[in-house]
Amino acid sequence: MTRTDLGMPAFPDAAREAVRDGVLRANLRHATHTIRDKRARAVAELEDWDRLRAAGKAVKDHTLRHLDRYLLQLEAAVTAAGGTVHWAVDADEANRIVTELVRATGEREVVKVKSMATQEIGLNEALEAAGITAYETDLAELIVQLGHDRPSHILVPAIHRNRAEIRDIFRAEMGRWGRPAPDPLGDDPRELAEAARLHLREKFLRAKVAVCGANFMVAETGTMVVFESEGNGRMCLTLPETLISVVGIEKVVPTFRDLEIFLQTLPRSSTAERMNPYTTMWTGLGPSRGADGDGPSAFHLVLLDNGRTDTLADETGRQALRCIRCSACLNVCPVYERAGGHAYGSVYPGPIGAVLSPQLRGTDSEIDASLPYASTLCGACYDVCPVAIDIPEILVHLRERVAQGGPVTRHGIRVRIRPAHGHTAERAAMRAARLLLDRPGALRAGERLLARARRLAPRRLPGPGAAWTDTRDLPSVPAEPFRDWWTRERGTPQ
Amino acid sequence: MRVALFVTCVTDALYPQTGIAVVRLLERLGVHVDFPAGQSCCGQPQYNTGYRHETEPLVRRTAAAFAGHAYVVTPSGSCAAMIREHYPRIGRKAEREGRGTELTEAARSLAPRVYELTEFLVDVLGVTDVGAYFPHTVTYHPSCHGLRGLGLGDRPRRLLAAVKGLDLVELPGAQECCGFGGTFAVKNPDVSAAMGTDKLTSAAGTGAEVLCGTDNSCLAHLDGLLRRADSPLRTLHLAEILAATEEEPLT
Ligand code: SF4
Repeated sequence: MTRTDLGMPAFPDAAREAVRDGVLRANLRHATHTIRDKRARAVAELEDWDRLRAAGKAVKDHTLRHLDRYLLQLEAAVTAAGGTVHWAVDADEANRIVTELVRATGEREVVKVKSMATQEIGLNEALEAAGITAYETDLAELIVQLGHDRPSHILVPAIHRNRAEIRDIFRAEMGRWGRPAPDPLGDDPRELAEAARLHLREKFLRAKVAVCGANFMVAETGTMVVFESEGNGRMCLTLPETLISVVGIEKVVPTFRDLEIFLQTLPRSSTAERMNPYTTMWTGLGPSRGADGDGPSAFHLVLLDNGRTDTLADETGRQALRCIRCSACLNVCPVYERAGGHAYGSVYPGPIGAVLSPQLRGTDSEIDASLPYASTLCGACYDVCPVAIDIPEILVHLRERVAQGGPVTRHGIRVRIRPAHGHTAERAAMRAARLLLDRPGALRAGERLLARARRLAPRRLPGPGAAWTDTRDLPSVPAEPFRDWWTRERGTPQ
Repeated sequence: MRVALFVTCVTDALYPQTGIAVVRLLERLGVHVDFPAGQSCCGQPQYNTGYRHETEPLVRRTAAAFAGHAYVVTPSGSCAAMIREHYPRIGRKAEREGRGTELTEAARSLAPRVYELTEFLVDVLGVTDVGAYFPHTVTYHPSCHGLRGLGLGDRPRRLLAAVKGLDLVELPGAQECCGFGGTFAVKNPDVSAAMGTDKLTSAAGTGAEVLCGTDNSCLAHLDGLLRRADSPLRTLHLAEILAATEEEPLT
């Protein structure tokens, strides 16, 4: 998560702009509804979906519980297969390691496979600062990069753009990065894809270094797994001489056989396909690779922590580490659909972003303190999640942290944090409300007072209530609360 | 059969007609209704906003108020879900904080006795035709906590479909949240209003006269938007429709 993200306004403010942007809302609505319906159909085809979901959850939980052991096993397996393993405690360290590895090759450019981990650490910006250009090769990621934009969806980073906008970006920017867009260029998807293909092909053939992430890492064999749709990833994984993979430590699974679960659940949850078009698995260098020129001759795995072990220390919050980044929760989230991905101020938008970012980054910044409240707790995200992450539960847990403070683990040390700014009045109001609610006698007197003053009831409320009355009318106060009706009709309640 | 009515704070203060409807409906079905005076709020607003400790006295109070009843019936899916799903969680967290098992025991004793109204009608009383009469076109919005939290499924729709004279029309995108979400409506007013407006647009598109729900808090949000927009559509709690009969129609 790059530094620039942290100056973001709080979620409600960022979302306000998106809500008012009619084109953006239409783009988002169309895209999320299309994919959510397709996903529902793809999932309904499997009779044992619930069991697959439970199995995925169990594998991930087991691995997280023994993460230290599986990571060491993975390191041994990757090393035995000819790879080199590096450990990065945070974004800066990971960026430094990758930059040095690229520098050591003498190259000034790298091709990239779309990867959340490298976006999380801001690798492209770090490489640029070191004079190295990183070229994104995923179509949507390319659109974002050429548009000097930020991704707004995990799987479809350019979900907020429509075809006409994409054509304009290609026409204006491709030439500055390499092969220009064909002239003329229409906004037909096939034409746009062809323009991107020609542009990217040059990059693949020239590149000596590739940077990627991985969807899974198998501890027993040291195998890295990349799921993708376009085939650009496979080009990056096979053509260059040096391959550098940056992967979050939570991506490990114990055995090769565990993949059987995720090979079914991940594609269906993310792209609504029965199987993703390209699944690439590679294990270190292997005896035949490198030697006969097939595949890279050097492989580096950078294992990234960046707040993950701290998250693991939290009993409720740790389930967020089960996430396989399918993005199904984004596509069903009614809040994401209106607010768009940028409002979340992180490469992880939507429901998973709302629980992951405040854990990985802490709740100090305004945006991170507002994210746990960016949900109605409607539960749609929990329902679709293929690894059964109870996102609403974590949201409430994090709200408590923001509103009340409490124990958290930071850099491996257990500390107590103070409540976030701006919650003093709310805390007082919640306490006052509870004191009233805990005394039915007083509550009843209050209700009566309200009923008597009902004709005086204002149409607009002051303070935080104004947000309600700006767009909605208040319910009219009844002449008599239920309690009084009961007493009048049935006598004193017991 | 004897049940305790948990009327909920929102219904008590702002929608007494829903509480009255529940009493009339249950009595018509031969159920004796008690109204324990010690009841108050289930603590949902505090809990969902991050003030778990403020919830604890309300957990104790609610459990004590209903200690003597085998059935506690409430016309709110979210309050029922709060008690069934979150009270045990609040208890476990208190235990982890070294504060004993008192809350867990209170939650464990209360949770299985709490029923949302439609669950009670369909599962416990075993009725779907409650003898209601309501000659209007109605569309139904399933509130999230009832739908996903409690798994009410098609119980409310089955009850509505059996109402004489009632024309039930499907609400497109029914399962989507209305945008209320407790304090969400205040903390994220723009997104909340956008969600509510979309919901109402779908509802108006069905041609229904009435948008029916099982949670007065969601309905307050939708109704507030409707009245601001001067829409002819009106919101009604399911209980009020089910309580209406030919002899005593809903006014
Ligand atoms: S939280 Fe679940 S649904 Fe959301 S991206 Fe992660 S795995 Fe997918």
